[in-house]
Amino acid sequence: MTSFQPPADRIWWNTPVGKDEILWIGIALVWCLIMFFMMPYWHVYGKQNLSTEAYQTTPKKFLASVDAMVEKYQTGEEKGIPIVSPPAGSDVYLAARLWSWYPILELEKDKSYRLHLSSLDWQHGFSLQPVNINLQVIPGYEMVINITPDQSGDFAVVCNEFCGIGHHTMLGKIIVKE
Amino acid sequence: MAQFRVCPDSGFYFDKSAEQLMKVNAVAGVVCLLIGGIMALGVVLTRWQTIHLLPADMFYTALTAHGINALIFWIIFFEMAVLYFAASTLLRCRLAGPRWAWLGFALMIIGAVMNNIAVFSGKSSVMMTSYVPMQAQPHFYLGLILFAVGALIACFVFLGTLVIAKAEKTYEGSVPLVTFGATVAAIIAVFTIASGAIILVPTFLWSIGYINHIDAEVYRIIWWAMGHSSQQINVVAHISIWYLIIGILFGARPMSEKVSRSAFLLYIFFLQLASAHHILVDPGVGTEWKIFNTSYAMYLAVLASLIHGLTVPGAMEVAQRKKGLTKGLFEWLRKAPWDNPVFSGFFISLVVFGFIGGITGVVMGTEQINLIIHNTIYVPAHFHATVVIGTTSTFMALTYLLIPVLFRRGLFLPKLAMWQPYIFGGGMVLLVLFMLGAGTLGVSRRHWDMGFTGALLSFEYPGTAYMMMAIGAIGGVLGVIGGAAYIIVTVGSLLFGKKLEASAGILESFGVKALAPSVYNVERPETLAMAEKLPVEEHGSSGFEAPGTFILAMLLLVCFVVYYFINWDYLSSVWPMG
Repeated sequence: MTSFQPPADRIWWNTPVGKDEILWIGIALVWCLIMFFMMPYWHVYGKQNLSTEAYQTTPKKFLASVDAMVEKYQTGEEKGIPIVSPPAGSDVYLAARLWSWYPILELEKDKSYRLHLSSLDWQHGFSLQPVNINLQVIPGYEMVINITPDQSGDFAVVCNEFCGIGHHTMLGKIIVKE
Repeated sequence: MAQFRVCPDSGFYFDKSAEQLMKVNAVAGVVCLLIGGIMALGVVLTRWQTIHLLPADMFYTALTAHGINALIFWIIFFEMAVLYFAASTLLRCRLAGPRWAWLGFALMIIGAVMNNIAVFSGKSSVMMTSYVPMQAQPHFYLGLILFAVGALIACFVFLGTLVIAKAEKTYEGSVPLVTFGATVAAIIAVFTIASGAIILVPTFLWSIGYINHIDAEVYRIIWWAMGHSSQQINVVAHISIWYLIIGILFGARPMSEKVSRSAFLLYIFFLQLASAHHILVDPGVGTEWKIFNTSYAMYLAVLASLIHGLTVPGAMEVAQRKKGLTKGLFEWLRKAPWDNPVFSGFFISLVVFGFIGGITGVVMGTEQINLIIHNTIYVPAHFHATVVIGTTSTFMALTYLLIPVLFRRGLFLPKLAMWQPYIFGGGMVLLVLFMLGAGTLGVSRRHWDMGFTGALLSFEYPGTAYMMMAIGAIGGVLGVIGGAAYIIVTVGSLLFGKKLEASAGILESFGVKALAPSVYNVERPETLAMAEKLPVEEHGSSGFEAPGTFILAMLLLVCFVVYYFINWDYLSSVWPMG
């Protein structure tokens, strides 16, 4: 009965430590360091990293940027939602609001875009399916990520941050053309 | 005035007011677990798409109530009992300021009731995290604040008791390891509650109209300094209890006081950085900040957990081997008391916490890998492995010990108690594994309908995802049955369990006449002596002290490494971005 008794030695610090413990601590520490350095390594050699570009904004300002893009590049409409085909390499905007993603973006495969994300009201979650890329979308903050779709087809944007009673109806779409 | 009783079975000394406080806190915790458990049933049966039990509004109310009651109220009430036990009972010391402790308890009860009223009114279904600018009713926040203030008072009563014990020399040498661990938990709790106050007080003022704006990102960062750190209190508390349980069941002593205590100390230094785990895919946060914080500096808190992962079962192995269970690598484990729910609950917790909870936590807390996991149902899968199978199973195991020792009652339906950890643990493992799978397929957490009924556009998750959610839900139902078994055994023992002699009687406080008289006949317990010294050659002897445990630890490491790189591989397959 000693894990809940005072240690046997007054100066327990000097009690020698067993071999298995020392060996395990060494192995564990090495593994911890490997995991730590994997993150900066991936920033240099990996292709999936989140940019840190972000701006403070307001719902009004952000909606104005979205609307300007829609006006300039709208090519169609699906269920009342405009479909927008901005040129490769350009700034594309996607707004989250209760309970939709606005507008539908049409992108080209293997071309890069600067995707701007923000919310016009509450917090939302950008979950690109079935690719499975997940980002937090916050009102007042405009996040900019450089994204390069490398698959073609229709992709869904699911909202994965709880945003009230209509949360489950909040679906958006990104189309990637060959 | 005699105010201590000695438990004839365990030899623990109970201070009268500490004892009563432990009892009421434990009982309040179990009541919250009951509410949380009933809500859990509603949640899993709704997310099982074929059943889809609750309508959307009730689902979100149930999910909010489940989270707050099971994750906050049950666990923290129980932790308060653990703190009083670790200070007063283990150190044989009177409790500091019992009136303050009662005030703290009263505030916690008022806060918990107030918050539950807000949630069950259906107008505060904001989830446990209550992210702004979605707003709950003012008494939702006020309830949490009062609860936190109560818990803070209890932490200071705990620390005050340590001071008294030292001043009155109730023990020799240093405090026992278990008390040391509890102290670490209390220190982290103070930090956590302070963070909570910094964000919840303004949010409360915002909800009543005194402040007109709370920044959503600032809220997230500070809220998680409470939200994540409070989970670290649970880790530290249940690891301390693991040490207690192996001490009581096997007479185990720490393999090395230095190693175990240093590992606890690493928690104080680094655990709180984990707030960053929730901010990894948020806008406006720098890369260096994320990497440093999400890895607890350089995974130094993970290192601490890996150390305990070896030293807890290692200490048990050493104790078992000393009793002659030395055949092969694993006789010490094979011949463990698997039919004793104190042991099985503890061991299931240990294994699942390490192999599933720990590994998935580190993987999803990796800066880039979080991109494929954030807010999917993988996240609740992870923390059900840590706080449900980890913390809750441990607390349940400890309860089976406290029923005879603290409440002086025999176990009600001991056969049910024997099976309970397996039903609960087994069910929850099923839930966790399949939710991890569904999360990997992108299924969202906190989502009423993965079929998106009523949406303008459409999307279909793969059939496998539906199947995984269904199997997970079956596991969840089993878990709820296991939880119900725990409540039946616990409440049944308090009401109908055989009275053991020298009862202190919880029932009198409810006006029920006790069968045996309370016996408080000790004025001052004997000073708690230091542990017996071991012969010198047993310290750090030349061979391995715990070879079986070392093999298990290496197995954990292999699983860890393989799973870690599988996830990097998965990440490398998604759209490039930067």
